[in-house]
Amino acid sequence: MCAKPIKKEPRQVETTGHQWDGIEEYNNPLPRWWVWVFYATIVWGIGYTIAYPAWPLIKEATPGLLGASTRADVKAEIKAFDDANAAIKERLISADLDAIGADPELAAFASRAGAAVFRTNCSTCHGSGAAGFEGKGYPNLLDNDWLWGGTMEDIHLTITHGIRHNDDSRYSEMPKFGADGILDETQVAQVVEHVLSLSGQEHDAALAAEGATIYLDNCSSCHMEDGSGERALGAPALNDQIWLYGGSRAAVTESVVNARFGVMPNWNERLSEDAIRAVAFYVHGLGGGE
Amino acid sequence: MWDYLKLAGLGLVAVCAAIAANYAHDLAYQVNAITVMLAAGIAFLWVLRSAGDPKPNLQHEYFDEVVRAGAIATAFWGAVGFLVGVVIALQLAFPQLNFEWAQGYLNFGRLRPLHTSAVIFAFGGNALIMSSFYIVQRTCAARLFGGSLGWFVFWGWQLVIVLAATGYVLGATQSKEYAEPVWYVDILITVVWVGFLVAFMGTLFKRKEPHIYVANWFLLSMILTVAMLHLVNNAAIPVSIFGSAQVQLYAGVQDAMVQWWYGHNAVGFFLTAGFLGMMYYFVPKQAERPVYSYKLSIIHFWALIFLYIWAGPHHLHYTALPDWASTLGMVFSVILWMPSWGGMINGLMTLSGAWDKLRTDPIIRMMVVSIGFYGMSTFEGPMMSIKAVNSLSHYTDWTIGHVHSGALGWNGMITFGVLYYLVPRLWNRQGLYSLKLVSWHFWLATIGIVLYASSMWVTGIMEGLMWREVDANGFLVNAFADTVAAKFPMYVVRAAGGLLFLTGALIMCWNLWMTVRAQPVRASQHSAVPAE
Repeated sequence: MCAKPIKKEPRQVETTGHQWDGIEEYNNPLPRWWVWVFYATIVWGIGYTIAYPAWPLIKEATPGLLGASTRADVKAEIKAFDDANAAIKERLISADLDAIGADPELAAFASRAGAAVFRTNCSTCHGSGAAGFEGKGYPNLLDNDWLWGGTMEDIHLTITHGIRHNDDSRYSEMPKFGADGILDETQVAQVVEHVLSLSGQEHDAALAAEGATIYLDNCSSCHMEDGSGERALGAPALNDQIWLYGGSRAAVTESVVNARFGVMPNWNERLSEDAIRAVAFYVHGLGGGE
Repeated sequence: MWDYLKLAGLGLVAVCAAIAANYAHDLAYQVNAITVMLAAGIAFLWVLRSAGDPKPNLQHEYFDEVVRAGAIATAFWGAVGFLVGVVIALQLAFPQLNFEWAQGYLNFGRLRPLHTSAVIFAFGGNALIMSSFYIVQRTCAARLFGGSLGWFVFWGWQLVIVLAATGYVLGATQSKEYAEPVWYVDILITVVWVGFLVAFMGTLFKRKEPHIYVANWFLLSMILTVAMLHLVNNAAIPVSIFGSAQVQLYAGVQDAMVQWWYGHNAVGFFLTAGFLGMMYYFVPKQAERPVYSYKLSIIHFWALIFLYIWAGPHHLHYTALPDWASTLGMVFSVILWMPSWGGMINGLMTLSGAWDKLRTDPIIRMMVVSIGFYGMSTFEGPMMSIKAVNSLSHYTDWTIGHVHSGALGWNGMITFGVLYYLVPRLWNRQGLYSLKLVSWHFWLATIGIVLYASSMWVTGIMEGLMWREVDANGFLVNAFADTVAAKFPMYVVRAAGGLLFLTGALIMCWNLWMTVRAQPVRASQHSAVPAE
C-alpha cells in the first residue's frame, strides 16, 4: 500500500471495508428526507401521467384524464381573441379609410392592432420607433417627408403592394447615370455640386453652375427643377435636409453613379386586410400623416 | 512489427489526406485535410525515429505522462474557451465587435459554437479524459491498459478539437447544437472514443482491487452513453467524400427529438456523470475523509443514469413535439431531482468532520462551491422543465444562465480543484506555488459566476415577460428589438462576470506554471503501482 488509509472519526458508522488508493466509504443509510422526497416525486409523476397525455401506445398515446392538449389550448386562446375582435375588424374593413380616425373606438383598436403589426413585421427595417435608418435607405416614418405620399390611401397602397417588389408594386427606376455612361465623370461631379446647392449645403459654386444645366436635362423630370421631388414616381425631394441614402458629397455621388433601388415587400399575401388597414392607420398617426 | 504497421497506417492516412485536400470542394474541408495530413506526417516521423528502440517494462509504474499532458491541455483549452466566451458576450452587448472585416469568420454566429465546443469538449473533455486516466489507475492499482493507447486518445482528441474549431470558423457545421462537427470529424471522434473505452475498460479488467470504485461506475457510464448518443445523433450521409456537407438521416420533429435526446444527455452524462466521477475521487482525497454513504452512491448512480436518458423532451416543450412526449420529459426531469442531489449530499457530507478545512484550504473551498452550484443547477433544471415555468423561460437568457451556473460553477470549479490537486502530484512538487493565488482565483471565479447567473436571470425573466405581454385585444405589446434593447445593461454585467472568471483561470495557469517551474521537488516517488 502506498497511501495510508484515511483517518476516520470515532463514533462513526462502519465503513464498507474496502479501500481504493486510501479512499474508504462509510455505510451511512440513505438520508430519510432524501428518500421521502424521491418517493414523493415518483408518486406525483405517476399521478401526472394519469392526468395528462403521457404513455405512447401502438396507435396513439394515453390522452390523460383531464383531456389536456396544448394545441387545443392555443387554438382556444386565439379563437377567443378572434371572436372578441371579429365585429370591430369587420367595421375596420368596411370603413372608409379616412373615416377610421373619426370613430374613437375604431381608432383606438386600429392603432393598437397597427402597433402590434408594425412591431412584428415592419420594425426590422424601419426601426421599433419607426425612425428608419438614415443613410441606409430605410425611410423615417415619423416626419412629413413622404416618398410615395402620406395620406391614408397612399400608405395603404404602399403597404398592400410594396415597392419595386412585384408587378403590382409601386415602381420607378433611376438610371445609373455614371455606371451606364449617360454622364461622364466631370458631369457627375458638376451635377452633384448642384444637388448639394439645392439643399443649401456647402458646395463649389462654379461646378454647381455647370451642373444646373445637366440637372435640368437629366434629373428635373423626376426630381423637379427646384428639387422638390415627385411623389407619383417616388422621386425624393432633394431640397431638404432629409436623405434616404445620405446627403454627403460621397453619398450623393454614389446615388448618381450607381442609382439606388430600394424595395419593400408587398404585404397583401402575408397580412389580412384589417391588419394592413390597422398598420396604415398606425403609421399615418405617427406624426407625418397627411 | 507493430511499429511498421503503425508507419504504414500513418503513411496511408497522410497520403489519403493529401489527396482529399487536392480534391476538396470547400475551404473548411481543405484546411482540415491539410491539418490531418500534417498530423499524420508528424506522427509518422515520431514513430520512425523511435522505431526499434527497446521498450522499457513500465508495468510497475502508473502511466502519468499522458495525465500530465492532459492537465496542460485542460488548462490551455479552458483559457481559450473562456476567452472566446468573453468575446462573444461582448459581441452581444456591443454588436460593433462583429467587425466588417471578420464577417463570415469571427462574427458571433461562427464563434458561438467555437466557445461551446471549446469549453465542453476541449476543456471538459480533456479534464474528463485526464482525470479518468488518473483515477482508474489509482483505484484499480494498475497501469493504464493498452501501452501507448493513452497517447492515441490524448492526441486524437486534440486533433478532433483543432479540426472542429477551424471547421466552425471556416463554415463547416452540421448545425446541431453541441454536435456541430461534420461527418469526418464525427468519425474521428468515434475512433478516439473507442480507444478511450478500451483503455478504460482494459484497466478495469486488470485491476488488482476486488471491487470497482464508485468513481469508475460514473466514468464508465459516461464513456458508454456518450458513445451511443454520438452515434445515433450524428447519423448522416455525406454529400461528397471530398466535402464537409452532409444530410441528416432524420427530419423535422424526429430530428429535433433525437438532437435534444443527445443534447440533454450530453449534459447528463458528459457534464454530470463524468464530473461526478471526478468528484467521487478527488473530494475524499483532498478532504482526507471517507465517502459519506456507499448506499447513497449506488442508489443515486442507478437512479440517475436510468432517469436522465428520458428527460430530453423538456427541451422541446410547446413545439411540434406531441404532448405525450413533453409530459414524459417533464415528469422524468422532476423525478431526476433527488437522484441528482444524491451526488451533492455525498460530496458535501464527505466533508463532515472536516469543515474546518474550508477556512484553511482554498482547494476544498473550490470543490465545495462547485458541489453547491451542482446542487443549485440540478434543482433549477427540473424546475425549468415544468411546462408552466418553461413557457416563460424557454428561448430566454434564463436558459443561458442555467447552463453557465452549471458549467462555470460545477464543471469549472471542480476541474480547477482537480488541477490544483493534481499538478503538484503529477510533477512531484512540494505543494502549490501559492495558495493565496488559489484564493484569488476562487473569489474572482465565484463573483464572476454570481454576476453571470444573476444578470441572466434578470434578462431571462424580463424578456420572457415582455415577449408574452399582450394588450386587451390580444395584440403584442413589445417588439423583439425592444427586448434586445432592454437587455443591454445586463449584457454588460454578464460580460464583466465572464471577464472575472477568465481572469481567475489565467491566474490559475500562472500558479500551475510556477508550481512546475519554481517549487522544490518532493522527495518521495509517488507514481509506482502498489504491489498488491
